Amino acid sequence: MPKMDLPLPKFPEPDTEPFWDATKDHELKYQVCDDCGGLVWHPRRHCTHCTSLNLSWKTSKGEGTVYTYSIVRQNYHPAFRERIPYVVAWIDLDEGFRMLSNVVDVDVEEVSVGQRVRVRWLDQEGLALPAFTPA
Amino acid sequence: MPTQTRDAAIVGIYEYPLRKAPGISPLQIKAESAAKALEDAGLTWSDVDAIYDAGDGGAGGMSGLSIAEYFNIKPNVIDTTAVGGSSYEFHAAHAKRDIAAGKAKVALLTYGSIAHSQQFNIGTGGRMGGGPPSPLGNMEGSWGMTLISNYAMVARRHMHEYGTTSEQLAEISVVTRAHAMRNPEAKQGMEDLELLPGAREITIEDVMESRMIADPLHLLESCIISDGGGAVVIASAEVARNTKKTPVWILGTGEATKYPESNGDITSSAAGQSAPQAFGEAGVTADEIEVAMIYDSFTITVLTILEDLGFCKKGEGGSYVEGGKLRFDQEGGPALNTDGGGLSSNHPGMRGIFLLTEATRQLRGESSSQVPDAKLAVAHGNGGMLGARHSGATIILGRD
Repeated sequence: MPKMDLPLPKFPEPDTEPFWDATKDHELKYQVCDDCGGLVWHPRRHCTHCTSLNLSWKTSKGEGTVYTYSIVRQNYHPAFRERIPYVVAWIDLDEGFRMLSNVVDVDVEEVSVGQRVRVRWLDQEGLALPAFTPA
Repeated sequence: MPTQTRDAAIVGIYEYPLRKAPGISPLQIKAESAAKALEDAGLTWSDVDAIYDAGDGGAGGMSGLSIAEYFNIKPNVIDTTAVGGSSYEFHAAHAKRDIAAGKAKVALLTYGSIAHSQQFNIGTGGRMGGGPPSPLGNMEGSWGMTLISNYAMVARRHMHEYGTTSEQLAEISVVTRAHAMRNPEAKQGMEDLELLPGAREITIEDVMESRMIADPLHLLESCIISDGGGAVVIASAEVARNTKKTPVWILGTGEATKYPESNGDITSSAAGQSAPQAFGEAGVTADEIEVAMIYDSFTITVLTILEDLGFCKKGEGGSYVEGGKLRFDQEGGPALNTDGGGLSSNHPGMRGIFLLTEATRQLRGESSSQVPDAKLAVAHGNGGMLGARHSGATIILGRD
């Protein structure tokens, strides 16, 4: 049986639109400040380290580690109810940013803190979701 | 040197007794609670000159426009800080500040909710899809992170870093249930809401055998969903001298927010920032505190905040809560959530106001799990999501 569509990002949303545009090409983008070199995450228009508005987009290798996770066993949202049990996790990317995602294509009981993972693109209508899978 | 001052006190409280209250609105609960709390203080509507409101009556962020009219009062101070379950600790902090500044003499805080009757699935509703586009919605809305799974990620990391166990977390559920069984309104609520495993004390085994909602958190580590509400009246020292009950002084306050950061530590909460402010202002330390009212949305919330408040070191919360030390009649730590807490008494969505009402009952000698001659209490509210963006406010309370 086909699964119900996941809730997807909504636009117009100018902070995150470039990030999601790049996912069409399976590129995981993050920002670095041109003036102070600081990494900015989540995407936005201004540097959160200095007062610069000059940010550049970089492409992550999509590799990282599981900082922490939970196996969700109850969710009344119809799209997720049919996916339980599934793993939601904070992922530390090697470039130094921490993003929320899912760990997929794995027995949920095999996920662990510190586990090495790499991005696994889930293609959707008009964009792709960056989930992760054991490396 | 302590900077402690006694310029504002809780002089009136009321907690709406029913956990299942069909046919009443949040606004009606707020007004009934306000009237009873004013009666408790020996005051009336026209004495109130400051209103603090988190928008729970249905008007959201614009509640400042309508709540004064509903109550028929004309406040000089209107504060609609809305930061989730801890809003009432923020309100108490602001009320003390406003009274100390001479802007107000009698502050009114109210709360009402029919979360149970509305069948609002607070912890497991998905939290995505609604509302206009936003940066955080776009980055976090597609992963099925329920509220409880967010807290569960704090517990998982705490276990990984410090060896904390589910059995240790379960101690918190066991203690709060024991306190709830001594609280007639909480016990009635358990029966009315048909809570599992019934209106009785529970064991660590009961918690471990309850179903897993989001690993590693079990059902019995999660707050209940009830209806309810309450009110708190805070007054200047001058007014407090003429009210009916023992004034409960607000000795120190602190507030903070915390949010996810790359390289951040998810096992520490906003309490790490708010507590030093509050304890410093009050000039007291955690080991002097006899009653700890700590927002127990889930067991891990309490464990983390106990550490952040300074009752034990970061990472030692697991062993600190072992052996039932936080029962009202045990030595070795403060009495924890003596009303039964959100885990076993009531949680209509934002239970911060009940931390203030039960701490006040303790310092008046009115609790159903009374700590003999209690003089110092802490109330720490946590709002939002512990494992992401959340608010924390610490209130130190004491009596003469």
